[in-house]
Amino acid sequence: MIKQKVRVKTFQINGIDVTGRSDSTILEVAKEHDIHIPTLCYLEGLSCVGACRICLVEIKGSNKLIPACTGKIKEGMEVFTDTDRLHKHRKMILSMIFAERTHTCSVCVSNGHCELQDMSVELGMEHSQVPYLTNRFDIDASHERFVNDPNRCILCTRCVRVCDEVEGAHAWDLVDRGLDTRVIHDMDDPWVESESCTSCGKCVQVCPTGALSEKGVSATEMVKKKSLIVNLLEMRNRER
Amino acid sequence: MAQKIKVATIWLDGCSGCHMSFLDMDERLVELSEYMDVLYSPYVDQKEFPEGVDLTIVEGALSSDHDVEMIKTIRQNSKKILALGDCAITGNVSTMKNLYGTRAIMETGYGQNADHNESGEYPHLVVPKLLDRVHPLHEIVPVDYFVPGCPTPADAIYTVLKALIEGKEVNISQLTRFGK
Amino acid sequence: MITTLEELEEIANKKQCENNECREELRVCIGSSCLSLGAKEIEKDLKKSVKDRGIEHRCRVKGVGCNGLCAAGVLVSHYDNESGEEVLYEKITEEDTDKLAKAVESQKPLEEHRSDMSRGFFAKQKKIVLENAGYIDPDDIEDYIAHGGYRALFTTLNDATPMEVISQIKQSGLRGRGGGGYPTGLKWETVAKVDAEKKYIVCNGDEGDPGAFMDRAIMEADPHRVIEGMALAGYACGAAKGYIYVRAEYPTAVEKLNKAIKQANRLGILGNKIADSGFDFELEVRLGGGAFVCGEATALVTSIEGNRGNPRQKPPHLSDHGLWGEPTVLNNVETFANIVPILNNGAQWYRGFGTEKSPGTKVFALTGHIENTGLVEVPMGMKLSELIYDIGGGVSEGRNLKAIQTGGPSGGCIPADMLDLEVDYDSLKKVGSMMGSGGVIVTDDSSNMVEVARFFMEFCKSESCGKCVPCRVGTTEMTDILDKFINKEATKEDFELLKEMCEVVKESSLCGLGQTAPNPVLSTIKYFEEEYIKGIKDD
Repeated sequence: MIKQKVRVKTFQINGIDVTGRSDSTILEVAKEHDIHIPTLCYLEGLSCVGACRICLVEIKGSNKLIPACTGKIKEGMEVFTDTDRLHKHRKMILSMIFAERTHTCSVCVSNGHCELQDMSVELGMEHSQVPYLTNRFDIDASHERFVNDPNRCILCTRCVRVCDEVEGAHAWDLVDRGLDTRVIHDMDDPWVESESCTSCGKCVQVCPTGALSEKGVSATEMVKKKSLIVNLLEMRNRER
Repeated sequence: MAQKIKVATIWLDGCSGCHMSFLDMDERLVELSEYMDVLYSPYVDQKEFPEGVDLTIVEGALSSDHDVEMIKTIRQNSKKILALGDCAITGNVSTMKNLYGTRAIMETGYGQNADHNESGEYPHLVVPKLLDRVHPLHEIVPVDYFVPGCPTPADAIYTVLKALIEGKEVNISQLTRFGK
Repeated sequence: MITTLEELEEIANKKQCENNECREELRVCIGSSCLSLGAKEIEKDLKKSVKDRGIEHRCRVKGVGCNGLCAAGVLVSHYDNESGEEVLYEKITEEDTDKLAKAVESQKPLEEHRSDMSRGFFAKQKKIVLENAGYIDPDDIEDYIAHGGYRALFTTLNDATPMEVISQIKQSGLRGRGGGGYPTGLKWETVAKVDAEKKYIVCNGDEGDPGAFMDRAIMEADPHRVIEGMALAGYACGAAKGYIYVRAEYPTAVEKLNKAIKQANRLGILGNKIADSGFDFELEVRLGGGAFVCGEATALVTSIEGNRGNPRQKPPHLSDHGLWGEPTVLNNVETFANIVPILNNGAQWYRGFGTEKSPGTKVFALTGHIENTGLVEVPMGMKLSELIYDIGGGVSEGRNLKAIQTGGPSGGCIPADMLDLEVDYDSLKKVGSMMGSGGVIVTDDSSNMVEVARFFMEFCKSESCGKCVPCRVGTTEMTDILDKFINKEATKEDFELLKEMCEVVKESSLCGLGQTAPNPVLSTIKYFEEEYIKGIKDD
């Protein structure tokens, strides 16, 4: 059997020489080389959308910042993941996420197991740089096992993607726009009435915050199984 | 020995948890008292907010006209302000009311849930007037230090105060976070 | 069905003879502005009056597209086919129709409504894109053919290779009229050179900038010119299918385009084996649901695919991965409308207009505090002062000029003291604004520039799709901060925060909407900082 020819590209991340398959993203190559780039909407196993803008990196010779999760590698490029400019941008963007909706960590089911909280620690953001906004959303607790609290949603769309790409149901999607954007089931039906939802719960497990949670858990008790998707995809590939 | 740092602490719209946590420093309070004088605080009997304070530690969000008046006085009379805990920094539970509005909260508190309120009126004499919107401190006055937590752990308070006394820098995110 | 150039000429000749049967024409503007003033009724009444007076054999009444002077609608032009003389009447209402018919009958012009056609508004324009607007009947393909239409397509299909077309467009120096100014020929070449079974040509008619209506006028007045331009793009790039994406708020444009496509299909000008060549081209109109962001290239194709019109991160660019993942050329309405004149007259002729780096003309929509609100086409590089004063007639109500806003919500404000600026893509960019699709909003000295900035910021806020954080949250936060300045409640910290947010939103947003949303704020801070300072409370 002839192996498909793999092309490799060589470039630099933070001054370190790295190589990656030509179809890789900057984030993938950085991970392979143990270079950490903060991410939020990215989840291994799902498609990349570049929505949260936390993983922005600088490329030498370009004034544009590009998300590492969607940015394809180029031969000879010089990537910087850790500059003052990026710190400033990331902190401001994270502030915006915190200020956008009502996260109130202290009374959240995901308190202590939340990727948004972790990000504030990682980026050293101990207060929001922008004023808090007020936008109230109704909680959907109609499903017998799960709860959707849009007030804690950061619109990463992991739930939309996992449902479409892994479960194959596409029960979730977005409605409205701008600040009013929400994830919904079908035609904005209550969760329990969704005909396309299979109640598999993958969306809950991949949700980075307490927006999607299991019923019956109290503050700090919602611990999610993030590795579920990677394991699942691995098993599927093995079966093939 | 150098002059002691003049400290004030105050609890605005919060649950006093952070002040409890402050007391949880236990024997370390004795150590800190070598460097600090507490001029004004729920812990001491002083009615007027003093002038010439070096550091004021503020717990709680700004919910009433009195809170706003207080924080402005504090800002005027203090060299530094330390926002202690999530309520002071994010508004935390106090700001959840912003989603419904003051009126709805008053109706629930003094109407639906009240055992005795025959007149159906809301208290409006003596008690401070609630704002339309609850704010974290830094939305109203500049704040110098932010130490989050709900409540901020005693260890974090101690490490931060010790660092301030010694003039050292600390990475607050390694000590505490929102909701901790 | 017509398959040869001769047959096309036949139709043209027949129509011309028909047109000449009547010596005179009364052309009623039925563009959207005049329509809203009752142009359709006026056309009907005029037809009746002309008939009642028994002069219908001498004078035909027809509806035509926008002639530009929207401020003076309803416009009716009285045209003499033999002498080529034209008298333009402005501000015609239903009550004037019989008087007008009488004037035609008696050969005595209706002086009180007569428009001075020698003034700057008309004299200083150069109409290339809009050459047919106001002359031909947009509902009649034969009228377009009679005015030289589809000759470029037939000649090209017979005599030129796709590469020759691209080379002409490249030499002409035509740049995308949607705002970015990317060289059109280069865009086509990229797609032409990609090896793919399917390719698409997409026309962006989702014009959504406040105060912009250039594309609407083109689509309404001369839909066939857009269709012909797209077919030529299809031939040049090897695409057999095209889509015109028009916002649903342009019902007249949609109607005209659909009618035009139907007529072209019937004549075999669109469809299989056009002009007996091996070239097939099919066109479809797709409606936008009213989201401004769908004017962004990646969002537009996503919307055509039937998905939520959210943009996606580029690269890959559309030339590589466009509609349904296939290589796609996406150009603006005005860009496609430029193709036919370039191929008919040659690249060198086209370069004779405009500037070295921005050849040709540009259609601008003049709005705001300006005397002659309307649509104008001028050579690139025209001085702002000429555009505003000579053509636009200056600031309305005798007030003084304060600033000129170009480029819509992505553009910026240019202060009155920069009137000597020669308008092209690069000069506007240099001063912190941009060409955009061509909206020019004039503000007089009674305007508060912070309010102008706030207007555009709020527009971006309500049009943000919500996908990426900086645009979704940033535009809201900045609107709130601008409110503080307007209410004179801002602090110095707010000013710093505003500037910082401008930088973050500009540099970190996903698509053009977010990346350019801070521009109106940045340019007003640059030129009118004192108005922001006034909004800071003192304490």
